[in-house]
Amino acid sequence: MARHSVLGTVSAGLVALVVLAGCGGAKVGDTSSGATGDCGTFNLAINPWVGYEANAAVLAYVAEKELKCKVTKKELKEEVAWQGFGTGEVDAVVENWGHDDLRKKYIDEQKTAVSAGSTGVKGQIGWYVPPWLAKEHPDILDWNNLNKYADKFKTSESGDKGQLLDGDPSFVTNDEALVKNLNLNYKVVYGGSETALIQAFRQAEKDKKWVIGYFYSPQWLLNEIKLEKVKLPAYTPGCDADAEKIACDYPDYDLDKLVSKKFADANGPAFQLVKNFKWTNEDQNTVAKYIAEDKMKPEDAAKKWVDANGDKVKAWLPKA
Amino acid sequence: MVAVAAPPSPPHHQPQQRQPGVLRYRKSLIVAGIVVAWLVLWLVLRNVWTLSLGAADLTPLHRWINSVNDAVGASRNSNPVFLYFFNEIRLVIDEFVTFIQALIAQPSFDRPVPVIGWLGVVAIAGFVSLAVAGWRIALLAVAGFVFLGLQGLWQESMDTLSLTLAAVVISLLFGIPLGIWAGLSDRANRVLTPVLDFMQTMPTFVYLAPLTLFFLIGPASATIATLIYAAPPAIRITAHAIRSVPRNTVEASESLGATRNQTLVKVLLPSARKTIVLGVNQTIMAALSMVTIAALIDAPGLGKTVVKALQTLDVGTAFNAGLAIVVLAIVLDRVTTAAASERRKLPRWALFGGLGVTGVCVYLSYTYLWAAEFQSDVEIGSSINKGATAVTEWAQDSLPVLTNGFKDFVTFALINPLQALLAESPWFLVALVIVAVSFLIAGVRCAIVSAVCVALLIATGLWQDSMITLASTLVATVLVMVLGIVVGVWMGRSRRADRVIRPVLDAAQVMPAFVYLVPFLALFSASRFTAIIAAVVFAAPVAIKIIADGVRAVSPATVEASTALGSSSWQTIVKVQLPMARGALTLAANQGLIYVLSMVVVGGLVGAGALGYDVVAGFSQGQLYGKGLAAGLAIVVLGVMLDRLTQAAAKRWTN
Repeated sequence: MARHSVLGTVSAGLVALVVLAGCGGAKVGDTSSGATGDCGTFNLAINPWVGYEANAAVLAYVAEKELKCKVTKKELKEEVAWQGFGTGEVDAVVENWGHDDLRKKYIDEQKTAVSAGSTGVKGQIGWYVPPWLAKEHPDILDWNNLNKYADKFKTSESGDKGQLLDGDPSFVTNDEALVKNLNLNYKVVYGGSETALIQAFRQAEKDKKWVIGYFYSPQWLLNEIKLEKVKLPAYTPGCDADAEKIACDYPDYDLDKLVSKKFADANGPAFQLVKNFKWTNEDQNTVAKYIAEDKMKPEDAAKKWVDANGDKVKAWLPKA
Repeated sequence: MVAVAAPPSPPHHQPQQRQPGVLRYRKSLIVAGIVVAWLVLWLVLRNVWTLSLGAADLTPLHRWINSVNDAVGASRNSNPVFLYFFNEIRLVIDEFVTFIQALIAQPSFDRPVPVIGWLGVVAIAGFVSLAVAGWRIALLAVAGFVFLGLQGLWQESMDTLSLTLAAVVISLLFGIPLGIWAGLSDRANRVLTPVLDFMQTMPTFVYLAPLTLFFLIGPASATIATLIYAAPPAIRITAHAIRSVPRNTVEASESLGATRNQTLVKVLLPSARKTIVLGVNQTIMAALSMVTIAALIDAPGLGKTVVKALQTLDVGTAFNAGLAIVVLAIVLDRVTTAAASERRKLPRWALFGGLGVTGVCVYLSYTYLWAAEFQSDVEIGSSINKGATAVTEWAQDSLPVLTNGFKDFVTFALINPLQALLAESPWFLVALVIVAVSFLIAGVRCAIVSAVCVALLIATGLWQDSMITLASTLVATVLVMVLGIVVGVWMGRSRRADRVIRPVLDAAQVMPAFVYLVPFLALFSASRFTAIIAAVVFAAPVAIKIIADGVRAVSPATVEASTALGSSSWQTIVKVQLPMARGALTLAANQGLIYVLSMVVVGGLVGAGALGYDVVAGFSQGQLYGKGLAAGLAIVVLGVMLDRLTQAAAKRWTN
């Protein structure tokens, strides 16, 4: 019988839990530890790549230390983060790669997001090869010579053609159209994740394997392995207008920031900070290296950089 | 444990008269004929009418889904359904989770620490295990929880535990009543089964983003995502438990004049209790396997640690956090499994003593910092981290020569031919073969189901991708069955082997896939084979456990008789144990297949392409959302088709 009483106690406890959750819950959600100034809560989306993390870490550190905001970091994929502008759960996205579809949907149609200007970081997308390959066969860096080497790039996945490894589904790719329109004897193989790309390039450099794939900069791996970009026919405005007929390189991306309309209209100190925030590829690479290679916590990495770059940070602060 | 999930129900009627041997022989002949005809036609009609669709191309259906998704998003703030229905649900769940977190995980009530510190949680875990599962399991629970602290992951583990508990409690709150209903009413069962299939095979990636639209970013969305996947086992197993209560027990109760309610409460539920507890167990395991995915929408806990570490391919850190999930899973599994089995009752003094000690520990952990925050000089997390990193690096450096050869062999010998046949034949040819084979091995009803499924696959606009995925799924299932039979027989025949291997199988089931996918990518590159291996790692444990249980269930007398007649071990296995365990074999094949399908999306992350990649891309890019959803539907359809086919075939075979 003892067990029955235990079961009884447990279930009574559960009931009590549920009841308590109903009445006393509100207080729990509201408890905040630090003193907050007039900045209030700053909901910062964290998209899942290290470069983004570097931007966000520095912004969060400055917002907390200088502006006394309560920063809530939310780890989200891009789609979900943009959606959060509308539901009021995300105030800012601080590194955005193009995403014209999302712009159209959330800025033009739903009017829940607004642009907050450039981060100062330039993004590049393209086809890359490992450094050893670029050194031994320098002519591979010109797309005209790619067919010459197609045989070398064959894998179990590409059949009798060379393999062009595509990867991260988060980025727009025109590679299937490019291969077709440039008459390349290659097959696009979808690795499906950044991890797959990074492992492929690491192995390629270590074991001198033939790999050509879609990649982008800035990216922390480039600190470790200097991948070389293959030259495609130059980008001209409008050459990518018709997705099926694309035969030119990817444009350079001006990585920018986005904030929710509400956050912008309130025009608080945290918004001012986000709007003024601007740095360079080197700055971001430095912080990204602290995080990815030196395994520092984002807060510590941000502190280290901020302590060394006081004047840059000063320029971002709201004019009182 | 899974063995109870869906054993083929015992035949209620005698199989109709036929001559099985002759019939079966003739059928295999016809199937062989169909395959030969298929091969010939394939040679002629290769690569035409394959219904292929480029990676960036969309069909009108995909665009339509996109527009629906946009419309829902745009009307979110004005629609009363959102304001009064979803918001209320969200509030209740949010409060519930936040409250559990406040108790054991997060600083709360203006305190710098949670209400109950580590000592209190360890004591409660120990006491509850003691009360429901006995001394040995209680020791395991205490050791397991202390281990989490030593790993340096106390708070993360408690966040994960809070979310898991919340999802499990809510799952059971709805799942058990639904399960009872489905157990009592055939009609309810018929309606619920496809819904549950849908919930279990629809890839989470497909509904993750829309969930945050309905329930916002936060604990509510994470909990709901988890319970969509975790509730079905509780419902299915409860229904199964109610159904397997012997008819004569129920009739006896009814003839004594008991009402329906009395029969339910006094007869059905008590007899089904043990099986229902196993349903709880499966729900907990399923909830824990969602930890990493839920982290993509900001679910707190160990999943975040894993996701973050993998951004920089930090396998060591990810493995440490993955191990914590495994430890939680093993503790919860053993406690619930033991709670379902017979054992001696504890003496009263032990219970009250335990209760007293627990009370003191909880008080201490509420009052003193040392008992609240886990601070330890013996931190083992970093050693685990270093060890895992070293092993990974060694494997990545020294094995690829061997593993790449193996990959190429399997790819060229198995995957490529099968894929060529399925994906490069004209669609109507494959469709015809599927329906004909369904008819031959499983009958008219099954052929109709297959025909409908084929039509739905074509409607999704992703026929060729579906066929590529089907090819990989079949190869993976074959590998799962080979492993399942070899290891399962070994475990079924040797208790010692069982004891050593079982924890490894548990680990393989709940360790977040991406932890081991990083080294796999180095060993096998981004390829369909890597995806297949990932699926095998996840699905083989289920098949192995089912087969092991099946082999063990063969009556020892039969085995002894066989040995006494001079059979070798090999003969005993092949002629006695395996044939007698064929119910378990077919169940293993069925469950193996379903588990393989649930890894299709993970496969998409490591080079499988096809449906898996479509889903992943749909989750990442707005304009591909509709295509991703269609791909998710295609996976569900494949799952339903293969499930019905294997179940119907199994029923004929075991009768």
